[in-house]
Amino acid sequence: MQQKMKKVKITIQEDGEPKEIEIEVPDTGEGGWGDLSKNTYINRPHVRVDAVDKVTGRAKYTADIKLPGLLYGRILRSAHPRARINRIDATAAMALPGVKAVVLPGDDPAVFSRECRFAGQEIAAVAATTPEVAEDALHAIDVDYEVLPFVVDEDAARDPAAAQVHGDRGNVGEPRVGEQGDIAAGFAAADVTLEASYRCQVQSHIALETHGNVCQWEGDKLTVWASTQGVFSVRGELAGHFGIPETNVRVITEFMGGGFGAKFGARKEGVICALLARKAGAPVKLMLTRKEEHLATGNRPSAVQHVKLGATSDGKLVAYERSNYGTPGVAGSANIPGAPYLYEVPNYRIEQTSVFTNAGPMAAQRAPGHPQAAFAMESMMDEMAEALGMDPIDIRQMNDPNEARRNMVAMGAEHIGWKTRRSAMPNAGTGRIKTGMGVGSCRWGGGGGRTQAECTINPDGSVQVKCGTQDIGTGTLTLVHMVAAEEFGLKIEDIDVRIGDTNYPYSGGSGGSTTAASVSPAIKGTTMLAKLELFKKIAPRFGVEPGELVASDGNVFVGSDPSKSMTWQQATAQLGDEPIFFHGQWLPGYSDSGVPGVHFVEVSVDTETGLVKVDRVVAVHNSGMILNPLTWASQVNGGVLMGIGYGMYENRIMDPATGYMVNANLEDYKVMGSTDIPEIEILRYDEPERGVIGIGEPATIPTPASIANAIYNACGARIREMPFTPDKVLSALAAVKEG
Amino acid sequence: MADRKQKAAPEEPKAAQGNGGTRFTRRGFLKGAGAGAVTAAVAPAMLVSGARTASAQEAEGVMAGTVTLDVNGQTHNVEVEARTTLADALRDRLEITGPKVVCDRGECGACTVVMDGKLVFSCMTLAMDAQGRKIETVEGLADGDNLHPLQEAFIEKDALMCGFCTPGFLMSSKELLDANNNPTPEEVREGLSGNICRCGTYPHVFEAVMSAAEKMRKGG
Repeated sequence: MQQKMKKVKITIQEDGEPKEIEIEVPDTGEGGWGDLSKNTYINRPHVRVDAVDKVTGRAKYTADIKLPGLLYGRILRSAHPRARINRIDATAAMALPGVKAVVLPGDDPAVFSRECRFAGQEIAAVAATTPEVAEDALHAIDVDYEVLPFVVDEDAARDPAAAQVHGDRGNVGEPRVGEQGDIAAGFAAADVTLEASYRCQVQSHIALETHGNVCQWEGDKLTVWASTQGVFSVRGELAGHFGIPETNVRVITEFMGGGFGAKFGARKEGVICALLARKAGAPVKLMLTRKEEHLATGNRPSAVQHVKLGATSDGKLVAYERSNYGTPGVAGSANIPGAPYLYEVPNYRIEQTSVFTNAGPMAAQRAPGHPQAAFAMESMMDEMAEALGMDPIDIRQMNDPNEARRNMVAMGAEHIGWKTRRSAMPNAGTGRIKTGMGVGSCRWGGGGGRTQAECTINPDGSVQVKCGTQDIGTGTLTLVHMVAAEEFGLKIEDIDVRIGDTNYPYSGGSGGSTTAASVSPAIKGTTMLAKLELFKKIAPRFGVEPGELVASDGNVFVGSDPSKSMTWQQATAQLGDEPIFFHGQWLPGYSDSGVPGVHFVEVSVDTETGLVKVDRVVAVHNSGMILNPLTWASQVNGGVLMGIGYGMYENRIMDPATGYMVNANLEDYKVMGSTDIPEIEILRYDEPERGVIGIGEPATIPTPASIANAIYNACGARIREMPFTPDKVLSALAAVKEG
Repeated sequence: MADRKQKAAPEEPKAAQGNGGTRFTRRGFLKGAGAGAVTAAVAPAMLVSGARTASAQEAEGVMAGTVTLDVNGQTHNVEVEARTTLADALRDRLEITGPKVVCDRGECGACTVVMDGKLVFSCMTLAMDAQGRKIETVEGLADGDNLHPLQEAFIEKDALMCGFCTPGFLMSSKELLDANNNPTPEEVREGLSGNICRCGTYPHVFEAVMSAAEKMRKGG
């Protein structure tokens, strides 16, 4: 029973150039993960290996790091949405007992500007011996502002006469156009053409641990504890900023309190923390406040979409036109996917622009652009279905080119009782509380790569695996344990896993549903090849080829004759005193990208108060081969719920008169609480032959769209603007009554 | 958002306490001595700008001193200012970092601790007001190496992801089950309505609390 081998192509760096080489690895079959039924860990639920630390309070996050002589940093932020700083005087601040460093605009023009373009922009920073003194020091800095005209509303900002966010550049960016076919001919061929506008609001990320760092210099060497989704991205930015080699910067993220897309790179607050620490000659902790999080650390851009859709009477989509814009604040892009979302339309034209406003800059947020695109497209599909007298599911199935998604729609419909429990007529119920059912779908890419790992097998049998990825709450650390333990036939607790440190081999950022598909193949490849090295040493003792050996259940034995066996420790003892060390990397064949997701939702609408309650969600998801179904389910729950929050409650509210965000907290900015949680049922659509695919993004995308469709089914009111608050529901109901 | 119940902030000051001093809550303190500062903070420059009035600075800064805190059965002497919150005293001074500061104004529950048997937001409680009271944090939940049934259930049901809200959820759950070890699912939701989780672990948290309740009823 010789292990089959296969050749795979990998890219290595040679003399600074990428070079493709071919290596030989064991052939573990389609999807790469072998016969799942024989597994101890992979594809089976396992509790988090760091859960005990998290439930006992022992887990130390960046916010919890304490070092001898630690100072506390704070950032002074612009008090005006648009202003020029004429003079800034920190004399009084520096005189306060306990203040150890102040950095001002002139100290680092790359971080601070005298031109303030949003309320909350970084102006200066202080470090002091206590958080209280640091706060006093902020108050003691005197700033003379020249207040200038501003604009915070994306519609107002499109007016050429509006205040200009970036001087003469204009507030509206270059249009991005995507087109195919002939839309004039397409609409001419349509039997029904619908037009509508949909609006999505700006959403804050609200990771519970705020952005922040602890920075400590020793000479020109910098150690940073960072609340980040990418330790290497922090290292690169800081090394570049301070003009020191990357080898001089070490970034550590052992525990991390959530990211959702806004925690990549050192960012301004990271650079400022390092600046303060260098100037003070002492370690500095700089954690942002909740208000700063809302104002300055990123958000999901708004989207206003004018959509025109044409279909033939049998339900075939023939033409689509969309013009959309949104605001990324002062910088970034508000673009959403540039083709008709999900469905095949032969003729389309899309034109989109980003509109700058005097508000904090956007950042990637869980599936950037997709929830907005899904909301408009999936709402319009329901509207078209009704115009054509079709079932919303039938029109989807007719126009959806993705077979897996069509199957998933059918699976969810069957489970929730679409045909049996849903009224085809909207507003069919009697009484004040009306119930309804809706559906929405999504697609996401994901995929893996960009990860290296090291494995050491010691003569005493102990095994260490190192990888510079980070666990942002998704369970990555547990996955590394599971993959390595499975490969060596050892127990999870037998593997010493180290992650979250740039001293370990490179791994990319944790985002875009790419982490599991990046890290697990790298760990699989590295441990598999390290094991092969061990087998090469001991195969001669059994008189077999290395590929004939199997490691399972704490033993190493000949696959065709398990009586020829030794324990793992006996096997590793053959190494003498030289451990096996293997540096590996991500290998193709164990992961994939591109997945659909489908959410079915049931809601109750109080037609007197306009209050909507999401009662039940059936979430159908597909992650190829699921590594850990327990933590996977948590990810799906979290995605569904963040989508409900975006659809129902969350909204960054900018006051057009003052230019301030009026709800920069957690009370007036509404996130879901325990009494808002519906029943969530998760259906798995497995495709193990595809390998590992991520789940973070697809789990959140379809929720707002499916809720809007359920609200319509419940009460006959079409809500085209998020969030679906009672005022909008009542207005829509009133509009229906007025006909 | 639907009817989220906010937990009560710590009790308002009682007229006279045993030590003869007046007890302050952070909110009450700001209402009184720091009125000028509060007004300034509500002005457009909610973001810090300009100097505060001298009186406000004095009121906040001059009362530094040592307080004795009883945390998880151990007493600690700790240097604080009058304005120092219990959360900051625990975290920054005593390195008891289970309670997390997330919103710093009693909106999210991440800093929740038990004080004299009642839940409080430690970010809304002044350290000096916690003197002479029994403070329990998540660090005191386990009995040595033996985890509390709630901790075991949170692990087993995967009722945590990033874990930053977990200490607060555990303390709220503990108080909930201490008062009622046979709650309905609705009572669990109500009991946890002062805590926010952004990762969205709620469904697993509910399962964990129900499971721990069952175990505790059986004497586990």
